[in-house]
Amino acid sequence: MKANRKWLKNIPVQIVLILLALIMIYPLIWMLFGSFKSKADFFQGSFNLIPSTFYWKNYADGWAGFGGIPFGQFIKNSAVLSILVTIGTVLSSAWVANGFARIEFKGRKIWFAILMVTLMLPVQLLMVQRYIIFFHLKWINTILPIVVPAFLAYQPFFVFLLVQFIKTVPRELDEAAYIDGCSKIGVFIKIILPLTRPALITCTIFAFYWSWDDFINPLLYLNKPLNYTVSLALRLFNDPAAGSNWGAMFAMALVSLLPVIIVFLMFQKYIVEGISTQGLKG
Amino acid sequence: MRKVAISGTDNRMGYLFIAPWLIGFFFITLVPMILSFYFSFTQYDLLSSPVFVGFENYKNLIINDERFHTSLWVTFIFVIVVVPLRLAVSLGIALLLFRDPKGHSLYKTLFYLPSLFGGSVAIAVMWRQLFSSYGPIASFIRLFNPGFEKSIVGSPNTASLTIIILLAWQFGSTMLIFLAGLKNIPKVYYEVSKIDGAGPVTTFFKITFPQLSSVFFFNLILTIINSFMIFSQAYIITEGGPVDKTLYLVLYAFKRGFEYFQMGSSSAITWILLLILSAVIGFFFANSKRWVYYESK
Repeated sequence: MKANRKWLKNIPVQIVLILLALIMIYPLIWMLFGSFKSKADFFQGSFNLIPSTFYWKNYADGWAGFGGIPFGQFIKNSAVLSILVTIGTVLSSAWVANGFARIEFKGRKIWFAILMVTLMLPVQLLMVQRYIIFFHLKWINTILPIVVPAFLAYQPFFVFLLVQFIKTVPRELDEAAYIDGCSKIGVFIKIILPLTRPALITCTIFAFYWSWDDFINPLLYLNKPLNYTVSLALRLFNDPAAGSNWGAMFAMALVSLLPVIIVFLMFQKYIVEGISTQGLKG
Repeated sequence: MRKVAISGTDNRMGYLFIAPWLIGFFFITLVPMILSFYFSFTQYDLLSSPVFVGFENYKNLIINDERFHTSLWVTFIFVIVVVPLRLAVSLGIALLLFRDPKGHSLYKTLFYLPSLFGGSVAIAVMWRQLFSSYGPIASFIRLFNPGFEKSIVGSPNTASLTIIILLAWQFGSTMLIFLAGLKNIPKVYYEVSKIDGAGPVTTFFKITFPQLSSVFFFNLILTIINSFMIFSQAYIITEGGPVDKTLYLVLYAFKRGFEYFQMGSSSAITWILLLILSAVIGFFFANSKRWVYYESK
C-alpha cells in the first residue's frame, strides 16, 4: 500500500523526466537518422525523423573526403595529435604534480599559488600572442604548437587534480621506500604512479576528450588541408561551396563522435566520478 | 635523524619536478601575457615590427568602434541569459534526480550525453542545421505559424538564441557537480526539518541551498568564465553573424587578429575582456561571504 502510494507520487516526476530526456536527446537522434537521409529527404519536411529510404551512400560520400583527401586521413591526423597530446599531458602533469605534492622546496607555495591563478585564466585570451610566438619560431603548419605545450603540463587543471590525489597517498609508503634506498624519482615511479592510477585514468580520458574535440588550436596552427583534424574537416561540409551535403556531414560527424562514445562506455565510472568530485567540465 | 633527511627541503629535486610546468608557464603564459599587454599599445600586423601608439587602440575601440560596442552588448546579453538558465536547469534536474526516481542512473547518462559531446564540431555543425529553415525546429514552428519561412540561425533576432540554447543544453557536467553536492548534505538535517514540520520550500531555502552554496558558487564561477569565453560554437554555427549579432568578444578579438591582422587592437580587446571578467568574478567573490557557507573544520 505504502509502496503503491510512493509510486503514484512519482508519476509526475517520471513524466517530467521522460519529457526532458526526450527533448535532450532529440537532436542526437535527429542527427543519427539524418545521416541516412538523402538530400530530397532533408529538404522536404525534415520534421520526419525516419528517412523515407535509408541512404547509406552518405557514409561513402563523407568517407571520400575533400579534394582528394579521404576522411580517414583526417581521422589519422586527429588520432596522432590526440594520442601525443594525451601522453604528454598525463606524463608531464603527474611529474609536476609529484613535485608540488611531495617535495619541500623554496618557493613551492608561491608557484602553486600562481598555478591556481592560471587555472582561472582562459586559454582563449592568449591565443593571438601564442600564435605570434609560434609564428616567429616557424612552427605554424606543424603539430609542435599543439604537442609541445602538452609536454609542458600547460593545462593546470590536470596538475591541480593530481596534486590533490597524490596528497591522499600515505607518506609512510614513501618513507619506507627511502629507507630501502629509493631515490625521489624512484619513489615517484614505484609508489606514486601506481597508487594514483584512478586519477591518472581520469586525466587520460579528459585529456583525450579535450584534444579530440579541440577546435581552436588546429584552426590556428594547421592550415593545410592535408594536416586537418576531424574538427576542421567537418567544417568543410558546412561550406556552401561544397554543395552542403548534409547527409554526408552528419554521417562523418557521427563517425567523429565514435571514439568519444567508446571511451565513455568503457570508463563511465571514472568520467562521472571525475566530474562529480573534481568539477571537471565535460 | 633519518626523517630529517627524508622530508627536509630539496630544492634541486623540487625544481626538477616542476621544471616542465615552469618552462611552460614562462613561455606559453607569462611571455604571451606581457607581449599582449605591450601589443595592446601598438599597431602590429605580424609582418612589420610593432609601432607604439599609446592608448590609441583602446580609445578607438571604446569611442569609435561600433562593432566593438555591438560585441560588448551581445556578449553581456549572452552571459546574463546563459548563466542563470544553465544553473537553474542543472540544479532543478539535479534536485529531481536526487529524489532517486526509478531509472535515475539512465536519466543521468541521458542528460549527460550532450555535455559529453560538448564543444565538438560534430555537434556544432548539426546545431546549425537543426535551426536552419529546413530543420525540424522551423518545421515545428510551422505547425502553429504556417507562414514561418525564416532560418532561425540566420535571423538577427534569434541567432544568439540558438547558441544560448546550445550552451543550456549542455548542462550535464554542472548537473553532476550539483548531484555530488546534494549527496554530501547530511541526512540528519532533513530529518530534523521534517520533525519541525518544514515544507519543501522552506527546506530548500533553509537547508539545501545553504548546504549547497559552495558547490553553487563553484558552478557559478565556472559557468561565468565559460560563457564569457564562447568562441568555437559561434565561429562554426553563425560565424559572428548575422549583422554581428553573435560577434562575441573572443570571436571579435580573433577576427581582429587573424582576419584583419590588427594584433594591437586584438590584444586590447583581450585586455578589456580580462578586465570585465575579473571585475565580475571579483564581485561574486567579494559578496560570496554573505551567502556561501564553507564547512568550518
